[in-house]
Amino acid sequence: MLQLRDIAHSRTGDKGNISNVSVIAYHPEDWPLLIDQVTAERVRAHFGTMISGKVIRYELPQIGALNFVMHDALGGGVTRSLALDPHGKCLSSLILSLPINKAGA
Amino acid sequence: MKTIRIGTGAGFSGDRIEPAVDLAERGNIDYLVFECLAERTIALAQQAKMHDPDGGFDPLLERRMRAVLPICHKKAIRVISNMGAANPVAAARRTVDIARELGLSGLKVAAVVGDDVLDILSPDQFRIDEAGCTLAGFEKQVVSANAYLGAGGIVDALAAGADVVLTGRAADPAMFLAPQIFEFGWQMDDWTRLGRGTLVGHLLECGGQITGGYFADPGIKDVPDLARLGFPIAEVAEDGNAVITKLADTGGFVTAATCKEQLLYEVHDPKRYIQPDVVADFSNVEITEIGPDRVAIAGGDGSARTGTLKVSIGYVDSCVGEGQISYAGPGAEARGRLALDILHQRLLLAGIAHEEVRGELIGVNSVFQDVKSGPSEPAEVRLRFVVRTRDLATAARIGEEVESLYLNGPAGGGGVTKSKREIVAIVSGLLPEDQVRTQFEMMEV
Repeated sequence: MLQLRDIAHSRTGDKGNISNVSVIAYHPEDWPLLIDQVTAERVRAHFGTMISGKVIRYELPQIGALNFVMHDALGGGVTRSLALDPHGKCLSSLILSLPINKAGA
Repeated sequence: MKTIRIGTGAGFSGDRIEPAVDLAERGNIDYLVFECLAERTIALAQQAKMHDPDGGFDPLLERRMRAVLPICHKKAIRVISNMGAANPVAAARRTVDIARELGLSGLKVAAVVGDDVLDILSPDQFRIDEAGCTLAGFEKQVVSANAYLGAGGIVDALAAGADVVLTGRAADPAMFLAPQIFEFGWQMDDWTRLGRGTLVGHLLECGGQITGGYFADPGIKDVPDLARLGFPIAEVAEDGNAVITKLADTGGFVTAATCKEQLLYEVHDPKRYIQPDVVADFSNVEITEIGPDRVAIAGGDGSARTGTLKVSIGYVDSCVGEGQISYAGPGAEARGRLALDILHQRLLLAGIAHEEVRGELIGVNSVFQDVKSGPSEPAEVRLRFVVRTRDLATAARIGEEVESLYLNGPAGGGGVTKSKREIVAIVSGLLPEDQVRTQFEMMEV
């Protein structure tokens, strides 16, 4: 079993109470793994109670990337959150710990 | 085909000073753009301006201008920045003074105004998205309202010969889009080119985040010489396609991977990156390495702008009190958890009015909450107890309660810190663009 970190990299961005987390394949041949296994449902479950709203996945096949937009994910919004990491900058590191089955889904 | 070279001088208000100087000296650039205004900075700057009518602009303006103005003046590099914050006119005046002190002459400095819309918002019609009510129904003390301006005001100032353009709230990519519109004579309904120019701006606006900053992960993504990270340059062609690069003998690198990470940074639907001048489309962008530290960006697009501008409302939200204390050695986590239990009880026993509480152990669950817990006992933890209150006096009691753990809490607590602060927060809404009037004021040295 791999971790997502072995095949992809990631960066988090913030707007208000919405966090977006990109997942970008290092190699194009791993793109199908991302499509099949890094679903909005799995990401939502992986983040657990940290996200109270919906999770939407956007696909960018030409650069081998997914973009997850996670609502109600930043403790009420960057400017008023009580969190130590109000921007959710660290969320990209959490998504990279998602288990990936290299043999296929 | 004509090309221009745009460099990023800063990607946030506290960014390093020297990379901009280096770009100005050796980057063969035409424009140097400093993005220095975060979401809530302008609300805080507005408060500063209330105390001092000549204040309210970026505190680092002075240092940045002193560092780059002489070189930019000598090499005819035009400077664009949102360091004007809540007071672009005062920022321009200060810049003129600095230029004079540096012995420069023949310099034109423009202040773009019109983003401050506090006086023109209709309380009954302007809707606040997050609160689900109108401004009239919003029961908080509003301190600022600023519209995200497009490129137009900056383009006008450049056309009037400005060497330095200072704005307040402008969309970050618009500061980079403006010189492209001006230099290439793009029409304001050429959605494809405006979309591409916005893409260039989006890639450049965070400075080092596209040249290897915020990218390193030792053993997996190693980046050379981050202490001397070079800031990005875009070579933009008339059709809006571009090459992202940097100075060869600086730290970091520009690769397809660094560009992809930045492409999606703070983006939601990649087909609809909504900006004042255009709805940019990043969904078909192609990113190709064409040489060392040279990445070609093509395929950006765009569609008609929405006709509304996003407005950020700054308001006094609440107060927050915080205390921290460390526990280390065997049983550190258990003692930390005991201390948190005590603090939660103390809030009730001491009658401290509170709206929201967050207690956590840094090293265990402060960032990812209880999503992930490791199997091993941490060598040390730092308790963090943070509480939202209505007033500062109550907020101060939180740190006092944490401090009292010294004599009343678990064994071996150390290193208490405490703080209290008032929170100015941001909500937003949309304003029809025809209600906003953008102008510039020109000053000359």
